[in-house]
Amino acid sequence: MSVMPAKEKAVGMYSKMYEIREYEETVKYLFFEGIMPGTIHQSAGEEATAVGTIYDLRRDDVIFSTHRPAGHDIAKGVSLRAMMCEMFGKAEGCCAGKGGAMHTGDFSLGAPPANAIVGGNIPIAAGAALAFKMQHKDSVAVSFMGDGATNEGSFHEGLNFAATWKLPVIYICENNLYSANTSIHLTTLLENPAADRGSAYGMPGYVVDGQDVLAVNEAMEKAVVRARAGEGPTILELKTYRKYGHSRNDACGYRPKDEEAAWFARDPVKCFRERLINEGVCTDGELSAIEEKITAAIEEAVEYAKNAPFPTLESALDDVYAD
Amino acid sequence: MAVMSIADALKAAIAEEMRRDPSVFVLGEDEDIPGGMGGAFTVTKGIGDEFGRMENVGGTVKEGRCINTPISEIAIAGLCVGSAMYGMRPVADLQYCDFLFCMMDQLVNQAAKMRYMSGGKLSVPMVMRCPTGATNRGAQHAQSPETYFAHVPGLKVVCPSTAADAKGMMKTAIRDNNPVIFFEHKLLYGSKRKEAGALNPSGEVPDGDYTVPFGKAAIRREGKDITVVANLLMSYKAQEAAAELEKEGIDCEIIDPRSLLPFDYETVVNSLRKTGKLMIVHEDTYNCGWGAQLASYIAENEIFLLDAPIVRVAALDTPVPFSPILENYVIPSKERIMEEARRLAAF
Repeated sequence: MSVMPAKEKAVGMYSKMYEIREYEETVKYLFFEGIMPGTIHQSAGEEATAVGTIYDLRRDDVIFSTHRPAGHDIAKGVSLRAMMCEMFGKAEGCCAGKGGAMHTGDFSLGAPPANAIVGGNIPIAAGAALAFKMQHKDSVAVSFMGDGATNEGSFHEGLNFAATWKLPVIYICENNLYSANTSIHLTTLLENPAADRGSAYGMPGYVVDGQDVLAVNEAMEKAVVRARAGEGPTILELKTYRKYGHSRNDACGYRPKDEEAAWFARDPVKCFRERLINEGVCTDGELSAIEEKITAAIEEAVEYAKNAPFPTLESALDDVYAD
Repeated sequence: MAVMSIADALKAAIAEEMRRDPSVFVLGEDEDIPGGMGGAFTVTKGIGDEFGRMENVGGTVKEGRCINTPISEIAIAGLCVGSAMYGMRPVADLQYCDFLFCMMDQLVNQAAKMRYMSGGKLSVPMVMRCPTGATNRGAQHAQSPETYFAHVPGLKVVCPSTAADAKGMMKTAIRDNNPVIFFEHKLLYGSKRKEAGALNPSGEVPDGDYTVPFGKAAIRREGKDITVVANLLMSYKAQEAAAELEKEGIDCEIIDPRSLLPFDYETVVNSLRKTGKLMIVHEDTYNCGWGAQLASYIAENEIFLLDAPIVRVAALDTPVPFSPILENYVIPSKERIMEEARRLAAF
């Protein structure tokens, strides 16, 4: 059983989880309303993995996210305005309107653009960690991936290098059981496709309940301590579940209804809220007040983004090359 | 001025930049392994001795700026991208440019696009060194794939063919804040590793610190009848052809583009004002090779300078065959260049 931290941290973690959930629900609504361009890959249901891993990171630690990046970015501190402006393709978006839903991030906050090539960030995170090691910094790099990425060649090459050179990188597999529409158990024999493979590279691998933000946080702390101490990488496999489909029009017809019901009963935001109240950390009223503020902030970000200017057409030609 | 081979000029550039800037490091397959060749073509031999080898010895990772990597092309390129984003300047050795295709995602989706996707907040200063060209090794160690990369906004693509250019352009590549795909021709290294058909283009290299800019072509031979644009080994084949054609009264001007992205169209156009006839020679295949882009550019923008149809001399559209007689047939030869030049001169 995971241990409840001090109130400030516990409430801080809940607030971030709630912020991510509300952000994703709002984005989903805006999409179905038809006013937001592009596509979406929602992280709703996976708030505990994002917040549990990122909450204690320093600003100079860096995260490498995936095509499902919103939870990671918000947890790392990318502002709601910058996120929402990017979703609307506006100039003030965190990527100046050049990234979009699958590439949100803010390099200055330790969140370079999220990577929409499955497994693409795995060797890149090793590269960032290599830089930190060569520069004698104690920053860590964190690479997120889904279960599907564990079947990519970049997974093998990246983990092997990171382990052999003892790089300060933490690999986080958010195993939501499905690689897009396909059950991970149809494409690999391993029960734990990420953690079980750690030993193949001489890297510790752990399976963690990805619905329990505190369990995730405890496992992450051990991995970060190990990385900062120069002892090398760790891979954490966090078992979790998407609240919605792979992308915007996916109704999840491939997921058994009883499986969905069992996972939804363990919704990470709902469960953590109940625990905060049951263990006497907060009252329902305190949490409701926090939630209202977050909802208002998201509404403000949406209004701001809707009215924000689009990029100039000429800006499409900027940033192809650095000077 | 010292006379150097291209292999030694490249090594000198890398070593000088590593002495100047502690963020520069080398990585790659067989990267100066003691007792090894120094990559496949001797360029990094000795770098590990001077700058230390970063390797895991008995569980302890030693410090150093020479990393002999696993045979993991995706990892090599990804390590370049990630370390470059965070303050390092990696110079990677690929052994054979054909292996670029194993790391295509990291170069095209990652290295080339990361700055753009970030809204200009980061840069990826990396150099990917790619030995190129057909050398009796069969289809998977023989290609000239420069054009694949010249098609990608966000990359720079260069192909020096002299020792002075190799050194100066390697320095430019290392100091450039963008990913640079750096092609080196296997038959031009002039290294101790002997290759059938190798030329020895050792030449004078300026003393001291100097750089050669990208996007500026070099005129290798002045002439008034035909403008021949040829890179890497083909710039030498074209010069050999030109020396014989001169005896027949055909005077070729030979332009070595040196860099394909950016490309110096201006030097070609200025030459065409004089000659009115354009021949493009490359070792890459004909279909959609970089010559097609140059031909198209001239047709779109400067067609009235032309007195004859543009001629392209390129590798035949086949994989590169092994048998030397077949390889010589497929890759443009001095004889083919001369034949096409005569036809063009007579037009």
